[in-house]
Amino acid sequence: MEAKFHFPDPSVIKEELINKYPAKVAKKRGKSIVINDPETVPEVQANVRTVPGIITQRGCSYAGCKGVVLGPTRDIVNIVHGPIGCSFYAWLTRRNQTRPETPTDENYITYCFSTDMQEENVVFGGEKKLKVAIQEAYDLFHPKSIAIFSTCPVGLIGDDVHAASREMKEKLGDCNVFGFSCEGYRGVSQSAGHHIANNGVFKHMVGRNNAPVEGKFKLNLLGEYNIGGDAFEIERIFEKCGITLVASFSGNSTVGAIENSHMADLNVILCHRSINYMGDMMETKYGIPWMKVNFVGAESSAKSLRKIAEYFGDAGLKARVEEVIAEEMPKVKAIIDEIRPRTEGKTAMLFVGGSRAHHYQDLFSELGMTTVAAGYEFAHRDDYEGREVLPNIKIDADSKNIEELKVTPDPELYNPRKTEAELEELKSKGLEINGYQGMMKQMEKRSLVIDDVSHYESEKLIELYKPDIFCAGIKEKYVVQKMGVPLKQLHSYDYGGPYTGFEGAVNFYKDIDRMVNNPVWKLIKAPWEKEAGSLEASYVTQ
Amino acid sequence: MTTMKTTAKTATQNACKLCNPLGACLAFRGIENSVPFLHGSQGCATYIRRYLISHYKEPIDIASSNFNEETAVFGGSHNLKLGLKNVTQQYKPAVIGIATTCLSETIGDDVPMILKEYRAIMGDAPLPIMIFASTPSYQGSHMEGFHAAVRATVKTLAEKGPKSDVVNLFPGMISPSDIRYMKEIMGDFGIPFVLLPDYSQTLDGGPWAEYHTIPPGGTTTSAISSTGSATASIEFGSTLEAAKSAAGYLEEKFGVPRHSMALPIGIKATDEFFATLERLSGTPMPEKHLDERRRLVDAYSDGHKYVFGRRVIVYGEEDLVISMAAFLHEIGVVPVLCASGGKSGQMKKRLLERIPGMDELGITTREGVDFVDIENEAETLKPDFLIGNSKGFTMSKKHELPLVRIGFPIHDRFGGQRLHHLGYRGTQELFDRIVNTVIEQRQNSSHIGYTYM
Repeated sequence: MEAKFHFPDPSVIKEELINKYPAKVAKKRGKSIVINDPETVPEVQANVRTVPGIITQRGCSYAGCKGVVLGPTRDIVNIVHGPIGCSFYAWLTRRNQTRPETPTDENYITYCFSTDMQEENVVFGGEKKLKVAIQEAYDLFHPKSIAIFSTCPVGLIGDDVHAASREMKEKLGDCNVFGFSCEGYRGVSQSAGHHIANNGVFKHMVGRNNAPVEGKFKLNLLGEYNIGGDAFEIERIFEKCGITLVASFSGNSTVGAIENSHMADLNVILCHRSINYMGDMMETKYGIPWMKVNFVGAESSAKSLRKIAEYFGDAGLKARVEEVIAEEMPKVKAIIDEIRPRTEGKTAMLFVGGSRAHHYQDLFSELGMTTVAAGYEFAHRDDYEGREVLPNIKIDADSKNIEELKVTPDPELYNPRKTEAELEELKSKGLEINGYQGMMKQMEKRSLVIDDVSHYESEKLIELYKPDIFCAGIKEKYVVQKMGVPLKQLHSYDYGGPYTGFEGAVNFYKDIDRMVNNPVWKLIKAPWEKEAGSLEASYVTQ
Repeated sequence: MTTMKTTAKTATQNACKLCNPLGACLAFRGIENSVPFLHGSQGCATYIRRYLISHYKEPIDIASSNFNEETAVFGGSHNLKLGLKNVTQQYKPAVIGIATTCLSETIGDDVPMILKEYRAIMGDAPLPIMIFASTPSYQGSHMEGFHAAVRATVKTLAEKGPKSDVVNLFPGMISPSDIRYMKEIMGDFGIPFVLLPDYSQTLDGGPWAEYHTIPPGGTTTSAISSTGSATASIEFGSTLEAAKSAAGYLEEKFGVPRHSMALPIGIKATDEFFATLERLSGTPMPEKHLDERRRLVDAYSDGHKYVFGRRVIVYGEEDLVISMAAFLHEIGVVPVLCASGGKSGQMKKRLLERIPGMDELGITTREGVDFVDIENEAETLKPDFLIGNSKGFTMSKKHELPLVRIGFPIHDRFGGQRLHHLGYRGTQELFDRIVNTVIEQRQNSSHIGYTYM
């Protein structure tokens, strides 16, 4: 990538970011703020607990488990065991879309089920109420599955959600009931909840149905949650290419598909952070390799399709993939040609998620925009530096408390889809088999990488870099816009999307064009306000 | 159990209430130069920020003591002290509003004791004022948390002093626009006043020429101190008991008379509010407001035929629902169900005071309900439309019932923070929106359509 942006001296900026902190905090933050070098990637401190009183954008374990991973599957009834807030706040807030095959098919995504714990439940225990709630949910819907999520007080008062789930599963007979110990105080962030969810889905769902799946090229899509319809676009492309999607984890997914997912021959991973555990566990137990792909960005989507075709090694599939790309790209190109002159040379910052801050850089480079600084909210070092650092990651007390499942090959179902030699050959062709390079190798030299950026730091960054667009979530949105810089929400897309695949790329280009070239930014400063020292916002009107 | 087919009796499905600490954080946002602080897991602060921001569309920082597993087992004292120290250093606030969560309440952290220890440790260092409200989410709803925070604020700051002519106004959880309008009315009467909490600017402000760690605006601490020597307090909220309210505390402790009244929605309720202001100020209603009242009456007479006899379900916080129902009754709309997730036990009684013949008119109330209960009621009650917050959208879509959005949260429309509900002006806005909802529905369902009224 050719540098179009003259980077300010990053060491000066780093100093500016931390010099206002007390010495101890400055030392800690200094390890999470690094100057990138794609050749020799420096170490980033990540996945360490936020200091009390430093306002973070991070969520909790429950949010990662229920909100992110389990939330999008439409035919599980999710019961939140706890006081009302946790359930209410995760009620459709992630904008996961789903598309039942018929209007009468089960879809419980619009429901928000809670045991609504009251004081007497906290004092005398809530297990009894939980079991009644499970029975009620069963009587109401007769769902295939009911999942239970523990919130903070549950672990403390000693309610055993797993025992209650087992008891109810046995009693109900035809309903798979299982629980998650995802109390909000566990782990550093929502990342702990992702891991807990992966474990539970792997233990209680994957592998329950061994029925063979039709199709020549069968894969699972891991870490795609169908925000704003992203999964629909990927499904459309797969179908066009003749690729069979067995199960998605978990956008637009069903219990049945996940239970049958071990019949696929490949797992492709989008959001590495939230679902890599599943890829590893399925590889060990069933012999299904996983491969990192990215469907955010038109070029990236084309590249990912080619990698999938390469993996299956079928000439027909390879040809079909090329046909599809040739069919899709002209539409994309026409839009890019129109928009790029208006976005070329502009700058972006991305502070979001555990993968999005990486993936969306592809879309910006397609627009000719440079990412000057980026970071994740809840990622680990491997998401920044690549999976090769995994053996060197220090396990702290917070991570130690999250269970690592002991997985062994299934005596009957383990069937390596590729030999070691075949896998090595694919890797040598550039396929990220069971691997992930991380974000930093793709970013330019002297760009800044910051983990768990604080409010104060984002404000300083805006002042120093004057970016044309800032990408984050709703919590940052309005403070950034108050300073005259447009913020693109990369969690809920500001009600936009989809942004994946070819059609999604077009949507994104148009949305970014509308934002960075919008006339409203010229009105932020009143004509009578002084030029100097008045509003830092004026630069974006350039 | 036949009802089991559609309604869970023990579990709550699609709740019609939010949690206790959310209300407290919102109220603390209405104090100048303050930072709300949740004692518990960081997830609570993140979720509540996320939720409030989606309605107000403004930045909202809420600090947290970030419990981990060790804290959960051994207590949150260390984390709370460290958190307070860091917030103080970073934000330099005048006030830190501390609210508990179910986590810290469950383990039984004694926050006042921890704060005492913290003050002792910090010695002579200047500290922000620390206000503490106990808000376990396993009790009540966001309204309890809101009132608990306002009461705790007054309890911490109000001082005895020579009687002044200040009037305290505790309006409860109303929109930033409504707050601005209330201030305008008090100003027009020439009444010196303290309105608490005032988040009209902190949660609905302009662009920033420079970065603010804490958004400008809010009730000042010195104003709050003066509430103890006020001549009277006006407090909105039909179900709000004196024992749980700020005005109740001021009356008990300092003998400041408490004028408790319904949220002024509709002509009758607003007349009562203005009459109180006339009494307290000795000033007749200013011409500007008489004029707004006349225009509202005129609108009622022009629009009555479109809405009369329409059936509606209104849901939300109890106090809002009671006042809305009285207003709807005033314009001839029948609130066939007045529903709330709150459980004060007073809803029916209070509504009867506003609408004595409610039973004969087919007006019903239900407390402690969720949206599935409301939906079930809708099957038999057959309303023409719904009035309430964004959470009724699913029901509205499923049953093809128009939804007039009011109150909180409104996160699927723009401008929820700028809606008026109170006084002649707010009633006018509500009336126009309701009439237009009925007209739009008729226009859309007409085969030929029509373009003139």
